[in-house]
Amino acid sequence: MKQSVGSALKGLDMLDLLNGVPHGIVLLDNEGRIVSANRIFEAITGHPSVDVFGVGCDFVLRSNPDIKRTIFENVFDDGAMLSLEGDIINVNRKKAVMRFSVSPLNSQAGKKIGYMVALEDITALRELDRQRHGVDEVKGMLGHSPKMQEILEFMPILARTDATLLITGETGTGKDLLAEAVHMVSKRSKYPFVKVNCGALPETLLESELFGHVRGAYTGAHADKPGMFRLAQGGTLFLTEIGDLPLSLQVKLLTVIDDREFYPLGSSKKIRVDVRLITGTNRDLRQMVKDGTFREDLYYRLNVLRAHLPALRERGEDVLLLIDHFVKLFSGNLGKSIKGLTTAATEELLRYQYPGNVRELRNIIEYAVNVCPGERIGSSHLPTSIHANIITALPVRKPASAPQIVQQGEDDDNAHGGRFADEIDISQATGWSDIEKSKILGALLKVGGNRSRAAKELGWGRSTLWRKIKRYGLE
Amino acid sequence: MKILLTLRDNDIAPRFDLTSEVLIVDSDHGNVVGNPRNILLPGPSGDELCSLIIKEEISLVVCGGIEEAHFQYLGWKKITVVDRVIGLAADALRLVLAGRLKTGAVLRGSQVDDML
Repeated sequence: MKQSVGSALKGLDMLDLLNGVPHGIVLLDNEGRIVSANRIFEAITGHPSVDVFGVGCDFVLRSNPDIKRTIFENVFDDGAMLSLEGDIINVNRKKAVMRFSVSPLNSQAGKKIGYMVALEDITALRELDRQRHGVDEVKGMLGHSPKMQEILEFMPILARTDATLLITGETGTGKDLLAEAVHMVSKRSKYPFVKVNCGALPETLLESELFGHVRGAYTGAHADKPGMFRLAQGGTLFLTEIGDLPLSLQVKLLTVIDDREFYPLGSSKKIRVDVRLITGTNRDLRQMVKDGTFREDLYYRLNVLRAHLPALRERGEDVLLLIDHFVKLFSGNLGKSIKGLTTAATEELLRYQYPGNVRELRNIIEYAVNVCPGERIGSSHLPTSIHANIITALPVRKPASAPQIVQQGEDDDNAHGGRFADEIDISQATGWSDIEKSKILGALLKVGGNRSRAAKELGWGRSTLWRKIKRYGLE
Repeated sequence: MKILLTLRDNDIAPRFDLTSEVLIVDSDHGNVVGNPRNILLPGPSGDELCSLIIKEEISLVVCGGIEEAHFQYLGWKKITVVDRVIGLAADALRLVLAGRLKTGAVLRGSQVDDML
């Protein structure tokens, strides 16, 4: 006999259940007063729940923001779950960064009976994030060029808010990566990151994919389906190729953005959602608005925050950085010991225009690593399509100061196979770091130690140079 | 002895660093002397509150949660801090004047008399 969930849970000791959860949990009545709490909550606050029964949770939790006020301003009327970050002062007088998840509690009859607040200590996570923001690699996004530095420095601002974010850029520039990076750095990182390609499905299937459906909504709908908005609850929904969203669904999306609720396909029951929306496109939405294929009101609602990822050909020295990264990645994956590229191969890759941007460069290097039998990738190991499409009239795109790892006392470059002056050798150095260190030292020498001028020489922002000098211990 | 209590309405404020109002009471041998003063602070700041405490020559502070840095600083200045107190400021004052207020005390009206 199949047991229902309800009857299986009957007789369950609720406190046992709460004590099994690895976060602080407190149950509140409708006035925000403490009814019960688990052991972890008691340990965090230093107050046994029996001592603080009936006390306002704000006095015990000592949080910023004030959780009780948050409940009554946001959760009370909405009835929707709320997740936010803040801090508390714990029993040890330490300020701990916390993620608070506040949910309304209803009786089986649907009457609101109180709230549950879950506390998760994310102090260590935020410390890691804080340290990581001093590094140029954020969640897999690499870039030292000024345009990428702007994006990386803007990332915490993009992550701190729930405003809709529109990411534009050519195909293969990393829009998906940026969307996920913003999510991982945001307060919603504990909740799902859901991605939907609006150009991948026909209209009816896309509506069901996004908003879900109830059984019988259409032929073939044999069961209820929650839809991606609901699956992303509390987290982030990334709609890529938003320019491909049909006009009828654009209206529905606009409603969700404005009202935070929608009707699943075939349902008469409204669903509320708390989701941060990020969209991506390589199309010119403004032109589409003029052409009548994209709603103007939706365009403005999506374009509250905007991040534009530059094409790889606009990123200068990042090509070398990415080559270094992908060579290490793929040779590691394949168990090969590829040490670098020949001069000729490097020059070809620097001349190439990359219509497919970073994704294309990645594919090229993956191909080259696979076919290269030796330690050095040469021109012959690059896809033939590269040779056909190199614009030979263009000068080789060099970084602000080309890396020069020259061994002192060497008169003949060929004495060691011309390794240092001719080739990007990632084994002699530990990789990009050594190349970068010598670039910095070279620039500083050239400008007599003036850091501002050195930053200009390198094409970097001053703060970028300061961070790297600190990182490499070059003070 | 001068006593400072951090307030939120009539209660001890939950956090020292988010306090925007304080009560300063002069006492002598367990009795209030003169008129207690309520001071509204320009903005919540643990550092500014510490400066006020020093300036007013407070000997004892009653508050809710306080960070270690402020707690240690006041201790270094020979100021006693009774923290993590929950309850009405009036109850906390009664107990502190009687020398019976402890750190972490949860004051419920009916129990305060028993504590005295």
